[in-house]
Amino acid sequence: MTVTDISPANTARNISYALRGIILIAVLALALAPMWASRADLRLFMEALSFLALAQMWNLLAGYTGLISVGQQAWVGLGGYFFFALAMFAGMPVLLAIPLAAIAAALVALPTAWVAFRLQGAYFAIGTWVIAEVFRLIAAQNGALGGGSGISLPVEIAKSLAESRNGREMVMYYLAFGIGIASVVLVWLLLRSKWGLALTAIRDSEPAAEAMGVVTRRVKFLIYILTAGVTALTGAFIFLQKLRITPDAAFSVNEWTAFVIFIVVIGGLGSIEGPIIGVLVFFALREIAADWGSWYLILMGAIAIAVMLINKRGIWGAVQVRWDVAAFPVRKILPERSRD
Amino acid sequence: MTTLLETRNLTAFYGDFQALFGVDITVGQGETVALIGSNGAGKSTFLRTLTGLLPAKGQDIRFEGQNIAGWAADRIHKAGIAMVPEGRRLFASLTVEENLLIGASGKRAGPWSLEKVYEIFPDLIAKKNNPGTALSGGQQQMVAIGRALMSNPTLLLCDEISLGLAPKVIKDIYEAVPLIREGGTSILVVEQDVGQAMAVADRVYCFMEGRVTLSGKPADLTKHQIAAAYFGAKNEGEAA
Repeated sequence: MTVTDISPANTARNISYALRGIILIAVLALALAPMWASRADLRLFMEALSFLALAQMWNLLAGYTGLISVGQQAWVGLGGYFFFALAMFAGMPVLLAIPLAAIAAALVALPTAWVAFRLQGAYFAIGTWVIAEVFRLIAAQNGALGGGSGISLPVEIAKSLAESRNGREMVMYYLAFGIGIASVVLVWLLLRSKWGLALTAIRDSEPAAEAMGVVTRRVKFLIYILTAGVTALTGAFIFLQKLRITPDAAFSVNEWTAFVIFIVVIGGLGSIEGPIIGVLVFFALREIAADWGSWYLILMGAIAIAVMLINKRGIWGAVQVRWDVAAFPVRKILPERSRD
Repeated sequence: MTTLLETRNLTAFYGDFQALFGVDITVGQGETVALIGSNGAGKSTFLRTLTGLLPAKGQDIRFEGQNIAGWAADRIHKAGIAMVPEGRRLFASLTVEENLLIGASGKRAGPWSLEKVYEIFPDLIAKKNNPGTALSGGQQQMVAIGRALMSNPTLLLCDEISLGLAPKVIKDIYEAVPLIREGGTSILVVEQDVGQAMAVADRVYCFMEGRVTLSGKPADLTKHQIAAAYFGAKNEGEAA
């Protein structure tokens, strides 16, 4: 005799499996997108995948370590500028210049962290914004990179990716695919590692984590540097795709921080699933309402407020109140430690 | 007995308000010491000062011969002082087992492991994958104690571990104390329940209004002395 188990735990497990199935299918569909999607669709996917990476990084920083940065545009912009400089002046191959730009930005993040970490809470947020503005002004002063009016990537550099336009789009699409998927995998692996426990504990209660021996300063510092690097990697890619960089576009607080915060907040702060949902909602909304002018922005604001009133952990938080589900199980792996 | 912890003339402030006035306390190696006293007597403040949650710079807190006053909380933890905080304070999004594992963040060498914690609190085995906050108060307290033990502390601080628990549950939890002592860990408990404190401790200190008013071995102290130290001399007759 078989009994159908309709307990809530079982329902949650089934939903979790279904979600993982959907994610797997979505990843496969994205991997094969150049075979079925139009050029316009591919461009949309590239942008969405870039925003997914930016959102995962902002969420890692704000959702887990509680560092609310409104200056992530600093790293997008620096990544873009370092990439242009390395590709144009150092003559570096594009696929090498992108990761090196990210490493260079992460190095800049070291002294920046030293300054920003003297500030707490709201002061930290404002401080990160000010730092990004300083970077923008420095970029605008840099004549070699076009100063305030910006600079275009020489055609030869773009052509070095592939001779044909289709070929270039293909390479760029898979770069975006790689960055977007890697950002999710990176956060997932991090949360499953022994760092994950510390990050989750800090998210729940920072003083308690400290009293349990978690060195919160070190965790925050490393996460700040890591997110700066990956955000800069994404920035380098974004401006390779745009083929042109200006200080205002590179260090735009609206584009690279406000929209990203919107994505994470409506999707769900402090979860891997949240930024994914947020990206879907953000781009769906933009496709539907982009022509509505300022009504589009009003609608976006209204949705953000409505979601937060229902659950401050966003759409994913509201789902989890109903079912105990997880698309990305982050069961921690036992820390291996020697008993010396 | 070798001295493990010694405070000399310890003071503590919340802004302008002075909460401790020259507290001298010693805990010996392997000893169990209880701090008793009514609400607001300064017992929890004393623990918070020890663990670096309240500023203690420039004071004299000797732990294994080192002055740890002014150290950051995680450094004190690493030195071997673990705290079971009042109200348990489990991490809400971690399971029972994960809560225990986080306790091993600054782990030192020693006898404690997940298996050992489950051995003294077998109730937790069946619940190990549940969220910590979905447990009964008593079980949450067991997780909080286990979490502190996971770092293999030399000194375990327990703040009001019986608060809000049923007598039967309190008994279960205190039954673990001898097992914890077996591993060589010294214990400093803050307890409002005088009877419980006297039963478990080698020595007690009684706090009143930020001062130690009485100290000694439970067997040497009379009810009158304790009542006087606990409530103040004026109420002595009334309390006895």
